[in-house]
Amino acid sequence: MTNPPPVNPFKRSRLPDRVFGWAALAAALLTLGLLIGILVSLVIGAWPAISKYGLGFLTSSVWDPVQNEYGGLVMIYGTLATSFIALLIAVPVSFGIALFLTELSPAWLKRPLGTAIELLAAVPSIVYGMWGLLVFGPILATYVQQPLQSLFSEVPYLGALVSGPPVGIGILSAGIILAIMIIPFIASVMRDVFEVTPVLLKESAYGLGATTWEVVYKVVLPYTKAGVMGGIMLGLGRALGETMAVTFVIGNFNQLDSLSLFQAANSITSALANEFAEAADGLHQASLIYLGLVLFFITFVVLSLSKLLLSQLQKNEGAKT
Amino acid sequence: MSAVLHDARLAKFNQRKRVNRLALLLSLAAMAFGLFWLFWILWETVRLGIGGISVATFTQMTPAPNEEGGIANAIYGSFLMVMLSTFIGTPIGIMAGIYLAEYNTKGWLASLTRFVNDILLSAPSIVIGLFVYAVVVSRFHSFSGWAGVMALALIVIPVVIRTTENMLQLVPPGLREAAYALGAPKWKVITRITLRAARSGVVTGVLLAVARIAGETAPLLFTALNNQFWTSNLGQPMASLPVTIFKFAMSPYENWQQLAWAGVFIITVAVLGLNILARVLTRKKD
Repeated sequence: MTNPPPVNPFKRSRLPDRVFGWAALAAALLTLGLLIGILVSLVIGAWPAISKYGLGFLTSSVWDPVQNEYGGLVMIYGTLATSFIALLIAVPVSFGIALFLTELSPAWLKRPLGTAIELLAAVPSIVYGMWGLLVFGPILATYVQQPLQSLFSEVPYLGALVSGPPVGIGILSAGIILAIMIIPFIASVMRDVFEVTPVLLKESAYGLGATTWEVVYKVVLPYTKAGVMGGIMLGLGRALGETMAVTFVIGNFNQLDSLSLFQAANSITSALANEFAEAADGLHQASLIYLGLVLFFITFVVLSLSKLLLSQLQKNEGAKT
Repeated sequence: MSAVLHDARLAKFNQRKRVNRLALLLSLAAMAFGLFWLFWILWETVRLGIGGISVATFTQMTPAPNEEGGIANAIYGSFLMVMLSTFIGTPIGIMAGIYLAEYNTKGWLASLTRFVNDILLSAPSIVIGLFVYAVVVSRFHSFSGWAGVMALALIVIPVVIRTTENMLQLVPPGLREAAYALGAPKWKVITRITLRAARSGVVTGVLLAVARIAGETAPLLFTALNNQFWTSNLGQPMASLPVTIFKFAMSPYENWQQLAWAGVFIITVAVLGLNILARVLTRKKD
């Protein structure tokens, strides 16, 4: 007669493990749900404007709350123009900073300088906005805009760019401040990406007699092409979505009269920041949400591209080029 | 023949040297350029802000134009909303980070979640504000502190997910395997061993998230709106430091602008202090 197996006093229930696993899964699904929720709620909120204007909203520059006619061209132009100027300034500067941090600076200086550049990213955008409006704007007006205007106002195409009131606000000011804001993002991605280059590749080039610049330009840069582009896209994504710094200095002007860089304008984010809280329910609010949807779509595409490029670099690590 | 060739080679070499020197000089100039802006902005913030700091700034409410006052209600409102949104967002972020690092590291759901998370991390914060407006404010027909808390929590979550996942991945697998070998269930291994080992990194991530939302204005603009008076009731519109600064700075009144600078000074000190603290904690762990 066999005895029944002894009861295991240490048998534990599987329940806590399962519950914990479900909780973790739920939290992860929340992130996905958030993205879908944002898209859905934006589309629903913008529906009155979408159904009335369709894609023509993107090319109409009328913005008239009184007559209830809206078109997003002014804001979209403002967003794209300021971001373009920001990239124009930020990319070479970030490249220079990344080059300095990886090739030139002595080892003891690398950490503090890297931290200083990252602190530039930590400064809240409202600080940039206020500083830009009250400190930088007047200085830009006196030392940059007025001289530029007196120099170039007669030149055919440049003259159109520098016409407009030189008071320190407008697309140029917003573009410069955005550039300062995105420099740390692009510079730290570039620096991380430069440091990933195999030392053997660089040393082979040095061994053949290349100068430092030649090593960077002909060895490091081609190797890290995808990463550099990814970093630039990341900076662009940040610049497109930046609200407070742009709102302070762009001038909140809803018309697109001239191509002047000194002219006050509006961007999608500053239009939202200035008008949304008081927009009446209805077409005004729906048009603003439509603008928000456009912005979200553009930044989604840009940031996705950035992620794809950066992950492509990771895949190519160690591969033959 | 060889003299001519030698001269040509020397000229080419000198040109390459010149180009090299120019490039390195330009990169030094770029570094100086970046640092110049940082120091100028910080200097102006201190110079213009410190004059507005007094006991009154911390104890009195936001005043009408051209009257004495302070920004106490804004400071309190910001403090309350930042604390609450951190309490709400951090557990969710840590759990999602645990999922990504411990449960399903390579699956398609994990890759998709990481992708979406990184996009939400850099997405415009004003769009988050629009989302919370559509879901909370228009449903309840009022701006409220709770809407502001929700918007800020939605910004905290991606930051905490990213840092938690990175920190958990740094924990040596041998530590986990030893715990499993001793018979510990998975949830105990994660909470008592892995998370505890990555504790300082996770705390750093939370500090960085707090620093980020302390300075965020856009998500609060149409969720918590603003409030001229003191309130602890989160069901009502609530003053916050960034939104108050926004309103005061764009105005033509002298005392409002002075208070705005004082507010900017306070925010900058808090945010930079948190960032430096987070960096010091990471370094100590090494």
